[in-house]
Amino acid sequence: MPFVTNEETGADGRNHGSPAQGPGRMARMLDSDLFHSFLKSKVTVIAATGTVILFLLAFLAPWIAPHDPFDLASISILDARVPPLWMEYADPRFLLGTDDQGRDLLSGIFYGMRISLIVGFCSVIAAALIGITLGLVAGYMGGRVDAIIMRIADVQLTFPSILIALLIDGIAHGIFGNLDREVFAFYILIVALALSFWVQYARTVRGSTMVEKNKEYVQAARVIGLPSVIIMARHILPNVMGPVMVIATINLALAIVTEATLSFLGVGMPPTQPSLGTLIAVGNDFLYSGEWWIAIFPGVALALLVLNVNLLGDWLRDALNPKLR
Amino acid sequence: MIGFATRRIVQAMIVMLVVALLAFTMFRFVGDPINQMVGIETSIEEREALRERLGLNDPVPLQFFRFVTKAVQFDFGTSYQFRQPVAELFAKRIPATLELSFASALFALVVGIPMGIYAGLNRESPVSKLFLSVSLVGISLPTFFIGILLIFLFSVTLQWLPSFGRGETVQIGSWWTTGFLTVSGLKALILPSITLGLYQMTLIMRLIRAEMLEVIRTDYIKFARARGLPDRLVNFRHALKNSLVPVITITGLQLGSIIAFATITETVFQWPGMGLMFLQAVQNVDIPIMSAYLLLTAFLFVTINFIVDILYFFIDPRLRVGRP
Repeated sequence: MPFVTNEETGADGRNHGSPAQGPGRMARMLDSDLFHSFLKSKVTVIAATGTVILFLLAFLAPWIAPHDPFDLASISILDARVPPLWMEYADPRFLLGTDDQGRDLLSGIFYGMRISLIVGFCSVIAAALIGITLGLVAGYMGGRVDAIIMRIADVQLTFPSILIALLIDGIAHGIFGNLDREVFAFYILIVALALSFWVQYARTVRGSTMVEKNKEYVQAARVIGLPSVIIMARHILPNVMGPVMVIATINLALAIVTEATLSFLGVGMPPTQPSLGTLIAVGNDFLYSGEWWIAIFPGVALALLVLNVNLLGDWLRDALNPKLR
Repeated sequence: MIGFATRRIVQAMIVMLVVALLAFTMFRFVGDPINQMVGIETSIEEREALRERLGLNDPVPLQFFRFVTKAVQFDFGTSYQFRQPVAELFAKRIPATLELSFASALFALVVGIPMGIYAGLNRESPVSKLFLSVSLVGISLPTFFIGILLIFLFSVTLQWLPSFGRGETVQIGSWWTTGFLTVSGLKALILPSITLGLYQMTLIMRLIRAEMLEVIRTDYIKFARARGLPDRLVNFRHALKNSLVPVITITGLQLGSIIAFATITETVFQWPGMGLMFLQAVQNVDIPIMSAYLLLTAFLFVTINFIVDILYFFIDPRLRVGRP
């Protein structure tokens, strides 16, 4: 009888937990090797908790920060450079003290972390998009296309990414001029970071693509006459994404550090939209006059953020590496 | 060997040509060079005359050829900010950067190698675990923040060491200035070189530790122990020697990134090297300095990579046989 399927899958076409399907997605995840190795490593659990807390603080900044550092009406220059709560001359309104313009440092750190993370995520996604596309094309097409893309990658790999980001930043400012610096700073940063990090993705994806393209399912797809673009995007891509996720996690920490460095050097985010690096750069000027908290607290926040993300990335790399099991 | 070296040299030259093309594109097409050189009052005719005289109306390939010919003779044009030849500006600042890089590499090796050996031989000891945790923190702290922390601790709070500049320098020869010969010069060198070398130190430490752990498990070490050789001989003569091979590669490659990361350290400590000048050029869109710096660092990187490749060839006999 051809019409039995309805009873098995339910009226809406979904499978309502038939015994053959096994436990649900959540339960399966909780029982996976990955999750067990996660629980086994105490450091990783702490790092994951820390990362979640910092991410929440950053993304909920507008709702949980005690002050709004961008609300000019609530800022008074008379509150400038108030020390943190446990020191003399502190103000109970400001837990970690204030910066040179009288903005609450704790709120500034929450908002700064938010900008750092947004730039970090956007640049990682952009770098991954560029790298995956070029890697897929190079690996699948082979020949001259492959040679050209990989030679560019080789040349770029000789230089540290910070230098490339600095150069791209300098060129962009040369093209746009200083007037538009504040408007474009965010986009220039993302382009600079993405162009300095794409190589790693491209090399990894190219390697796995070259392995995948000789497998039977790709040959089958080719035989039924699918265009190359569809084969690359729908058939090969899902099978090469594993290592990309690991690189992306490790790269996030690197992107945050590089962004902070560029902002510290004065070519990243402007003081009107401060990231953690900008806050540290501002505070650096007051280090010598004894107002250490303006630079040190954002720096500690940055270090915590990077350390936690790094630890998570290390664990993910080891957990997904079958050689180390 | 000779074939290998020639192939490497050809590759290096191709890389340099690509970089030169990039530097030229920047130099020629980012902003108008004429606008940077003349004042507002200069008339259009005068501008055109200058354009003609500088050869900016010639075909682009010819201009590129001229650019490369000049660059090979260290002629990188005139800085937009300083109105001085770029080559002279660099010559004045190269000693500062090279001395800083040398001191940091020395620090990274002298501290990193013993720590790595200890952590590799005593895997479970609490000191090794402490080394590892410290190195993790060292990798997570951005370079510039390490510099700020050191300045805060040793310059502002304890007032032991200077926080900026090179101290007193001594002139050697016609253009080299050194800070190695005066007390204040050496004191000024301490904080910047620790800042710059810390990352490399942790890297070398982790590398040596990992290599030692691998090598100690191999059969020839077990046999050496079975022969009754003293521990010290086994550890240092047999194990360490073989775990140093990758260290040479990494150290060589890291030497290049030390020079690049000097930009950040030089900014934090106001160290008068070429990194600081490059950064000021980026901020002021001084394209001639930027493209000269690009070419110069590319040259340093390519040279270092080449030397490392050749060294590797001498150190690891396995590479000599079976290489096409």
